[in-house]
Amino acid sequence: MKAKRYVARSSEIAARRLGNEMMIMSGRDSTLFSLNEAATVIWEAADGLTTLDEIVEHRICQEFDVEQAEALRDAEALAEALAEHGIVQLADQPFQYSPSGKEQK
Amino acid sequence: MSALMQEMNAKALRLGIPLSVQLDLTYRCNERCVHCYLDHDDHGEMTTPEIRSLLKQLAEAGVFFLTMSGGEILLRKDFFDILEYARALLFCVKLKTNAILIRERQADRIRSLGVDSIQISIYSHRPEIHDAITKVPGSLRRSVDAIRFLRAQGLRVIIANVLMLQNMDDYPGVKALAADLGVEFTIDPTITPKMDGDRSILSLNINQASLRQVFRDEALVGDVEEFCAPPKQADEDDLDALPCSAGHSACYVSPYGDVYPCVQFPLPSGNVRRTPFLDIWRHSHQLHEVRSIRTRDLPSCSRCVHVVGCTRCPGLAYMEGNMRGPSSQDCEKSFAKTGIPSHNLLSRKPRGGALVHIQSAKELMTRPAISTTPAQ
Repeated sequence: MKAKRYVARSSEIAARRLGNEMMIMSGRDSTLFSLNEAATVIWEAADGLTTLDEIVEHRICQEFDVEQAEALRDAEALAEALAEHGIVQLADQPFQYSPSGKEQK
Repeated sequence: MSALMQEMNAKALRLGIPLSVQLDLTYRCNERCVHCYLDHDDHGEMTTPEIRSLLKQLAEAGVFFLTMSGGEILLRKDFFDILEYARALLFCVKLKTNAILIRERQADRIRSLGVDSIQISIYSHRPEIHDAITKVPGSLRRSVDAIRFLRAQGLRVIIANVLMLQNMDDYPGVKALAADLGVEFTIDPTITPKMDGDRSILSLNINQASLRQVFRDEALVGDVEEFCAPPKQADEDDLDALPCSAGHSACYVSPYGDVYPCVQFPLPSGNVRRTPFLDIWRHSHQLHEVRSIRTRDLPSCSRCVHVVGCTRCPGLAYMEGNMRGPSSQDCEKSFAKTGIPSHNLLSRKPRGGALVHIQSAKELMTRPAISTTPAQ
């Protein structure tokens, strides 16, 4: 069984909602991303304290017509792609937050 | 511009979202550049709480790109507080500065706050030219030192080289300096009128011959033949196009809270001290008027051969007296690129005069793109 993954939004980015999408620019390499509606839901729910499984089960599967296993596969691929550009951080433990708002594993 | 960025711009336009805002934090400055369009006295800048409130409103309105400029932004004692707050609101922040107050400590702070880019004005690689333009002895050395500090932090720096009579011959040196420092280089051959309408500084603009030289410098423009190609014939879509993003997906806010379509388009459209930003953005009569204009509504420009490729600035046209009129400085640029005078220039200059020889409209459209006649 796969370990539960926690996903946290990075503060090293620029981001803004544009209609039902999210524009995100990586602070690491200035790459611009546009997240679709479902990806935006995942990104907004990525508080570092909720697992990806929970986000998929309680948000994605409630709001979109999709099988949970398929949604989880897509969500994991998304989270890993965003993590490569420093847009989110992934961990096997919940994130702890410093007073400055910066994530600490 | 990337395809994704174009898509985002188009979406912002459809949704009426101000994707980009330039916020001038102050008009005060520690340089006194000969070509500057600003009055440097402080007439009542927004306070820190006022700016924080504005930034929150801008974030809620959907602003993604936030350019902080001035005046010299680092003259505000609360500059880093403002920057920190802006980054907490997840703006993509770009800074424009002369950088002479940036040392290692400030560069480190700018990096830690995740600024996207820093644009720094450099007028010449020669101190005697740069410092004469800024009227601050030692300013070139200090700005270049600052660029090194910022680069040492891995930050993206862009040298902006404004061309005028005083430094016309120095842009290759500035470009080489940028390469040596490992930073980007951009050139702007336009001196704009002062915001109060005073046009005296336009006399500093480089002349037509120098413009032609700049536009034919392969190192600057890439493929000269393509850059200076004859104008394309306009179709219906071209005539339905928006003249510029000013007021459509971009706007400007002054240190006093005045909202304009653009820093170069000083049409007073509201003040955030009296009216919430989003109300101004959505309901200002002035912004509605700007948004109503399509290229076909421009009496002179819609009939001009350059209508498709022209860089016409509606703000400069406004400062010439008519936001639907031509922007003569852009007419000069189109002429310098192609050797073909604009409708506006033709209506002003005597036919058969020394500047251009016109034989027929058809010949004008088919003649070679680049005139090699030496400058007079």
